[in-house]
This record gives sequence, structure tokens and C-alpha cells, in this order.
Amino acid sequence: MAFVNLKKKEVQVKIVYYGPGRGGKTTNLEYIYKKFNHRIKTEMVTIKTHGDRTLFFDFLPFDIGKIKNYDVKIQLYTVPGQVKYDATRRLVLRGVDGIVFVADAMSVMREKNILSLKNLQKNLASYKKSIFKTPLVLQYNKMDLADQGIPLLSVEALERQLNGQLKVPSRVASAINGTNVIETMKDIIKITMASLKEELK
Amino acid sequence: MTYTLGQEQLDTIEEILEKDIFDLGVHCVFLIDMAGNIIADRDNGRVKHDIYSLAALAAGNFGAVSSMAKIIGEEEFSLLFHKGEKESIHFSKVLDDFLLVIIFGGATSLGFLRLKAEEAITKIKKVLQE
Repeated sequence: MAFVNLKKKEVQVKIVYYGPGRGGKTTNLEYIYKKFNHRIKTEMVTIKTHGDRTLFFDFLPFDIGKIKNYDVKIQLYTVPGQVKYDATRRLVLRGVDGIVFVADAMSVMREKNILSLKNLQKNLASYKKSIFKTPLVLQYNKMDLADQGIPLLSVEALERQLNGQLKVPSRVASAINGTNVIETMKDIIKITMASLKEELK
Repeated sequence: MTYTLGQEQLDTIEEILEKDIFDLGVHCVFLIDMAGNIIADRDNGRVKHDIYSLAALAAGNFGAVSSMAKIIGEEEFSLLFHKGEKESIHFSKVLDDFLLVIIFGGATSLGFLRLKAEEAITKIKKVLQE
């Protein structure tokens, strides 16, 4: 639910990183925070457990400058990926404008990626939103693990399993090294802003 | 889904926050939506709180408490208040989608603040429903 403030000429947009547990959602945000530290005035907010897992969400506000004379403030959130935290995931999705689905490319994660994507569809539906109509980008993360000999799903397989029906933009990435992290963020901002523009017409 | 508030509506909301709440001597007051966006804010210039993070956390916190209420069979908890040593936070729901957050110190009485917040909320509801 983007908010347009006509007085301050400001738009606030909410983008949520979704995906299975330990998939790299928080790592994406940490990389963005590190990279744009000079432009982000506040600390990144994280609510995590003692075991360093996301408990509620991470939050990173981010000014991207002006679009058509409006200051655009992007609010990046992650959800907790663990299955048991479904209620908190649903809360974080409230009012979402755009979603990055961070899939874990390890072969063993095949099932969990699919379940998480279905869970996203279900939770969006609870806000009467369709996954097919919400701005969405897929990120196939952990591609760097191939160098360590860890079996990964091929991009073709990931596309078939996750993007067969959705047909949204996708990128391979390595959040830990920063490969394609910023590009993914740019993709989702672009698609979300285009969709908002369409709505505001 | 997008929603827009115009200059006039925002001016009226800011005036309500100023006269009904801020003049009680609170440190900071802001109206946010449940997605964590800030609609209007006013502070005394001395507090340097990061209100964008506060707004995100307040919306999440309020959502979590509302879910807890439902689990135990309550529609909602009418009072949500965190007491600190120097500063405290008071939350009140405005319609289904908005939240009024007030940060105040020991010099402000909670009872009076609640009373004034109720008055302000009635007025803000009218503006938001226009």
C-alpha cells in the first residue's frame, strides 16, 4: 500500500524479500546496507533470535531520489523464512507493493523453495492480492556454492519449478558476494514504480 | 494498492496533532499506516528519534499484539502502552488501517493523554474518511 504524500511530494513504497529459511534474504539487505551506507541515514533494524535467525523482520529505509518531482522512499523488509513463523510473515506482507522472492539454488532446497512460494501466494491472498498481479522478481541465490562442489539446481530447473506460470523477471545471484544483489533491487524498484504509476493514472 | 492524501487533508491532520496532542507537552507524535508508512509527524526538535524505523516497528508490533488478542478470543486490546524510565510510547488504532503513536515523558499524565488522544482520533477519522 504505497502512500503518496501530495504535501511533501513524497512516495513511500514497501518492498519485501520473501523466501525459504536461510535463503539469503537478510544477506541481501546487509549487502545493500553496506554498499549504500553513505546514502542511508539510519541503522538497519533487525529483530533476530539468539541463533542469528530472523525472528520478525529486517528493515532498511532507502531514499532513491526523485521520480517526476516526487521524493521516493523505498522501505526494504525481509520476512522470517522458517515455516513456523507464518503469522509474522503475514504481518510483514501487509501493505506490500513489490516482492523479491529469494530462492535457494541448492538442490536439497528444491521442495522448500516451492513450498515457500506457495506460502507467499496464500499469504497474499489473505490480503486479497494475487501473486500474478503483484510486482515480483525471482532471485536464484547461492550460485557461488558451485565452486565448492555443492550440488545446485540448474537455472532451467529453477525457472521450470518456480517461474513456469509466473513468468516474472529472474536473476542468478550470490548475496554473500554481492553478485546481482543491487541489480535485483533495481529490477523490483523499476517494476514496482511502473505498476504504481499505472495505478495512479 | 496505492492511496493518496492531499495537501488539505494533511494540513488538517497536522493541525489536529499539533493542537490536541503536541501541545500537551509530548516529545513526538506521528500518524502511520499499518504498512509502516509515515503520514504526518511532529516533534519538539530536541528528540532525534529515527521515526522511519519506529514506524516500521510500531506497525509490526501493533499487528503482533492484535494477532495475540485474536488467539485468546479478544477483538483487540484497547490500550497499548510501553513505559520507559524517561520516555514512554502510547499507540492507538485509527480506523482499521492507521495508528497514532505518541512518545512522551514523565511530565505528561497518561490519563489525560488518553483522553486527548481519543478526541484527536475522532477528528482524524473524519479527515481520513473524506
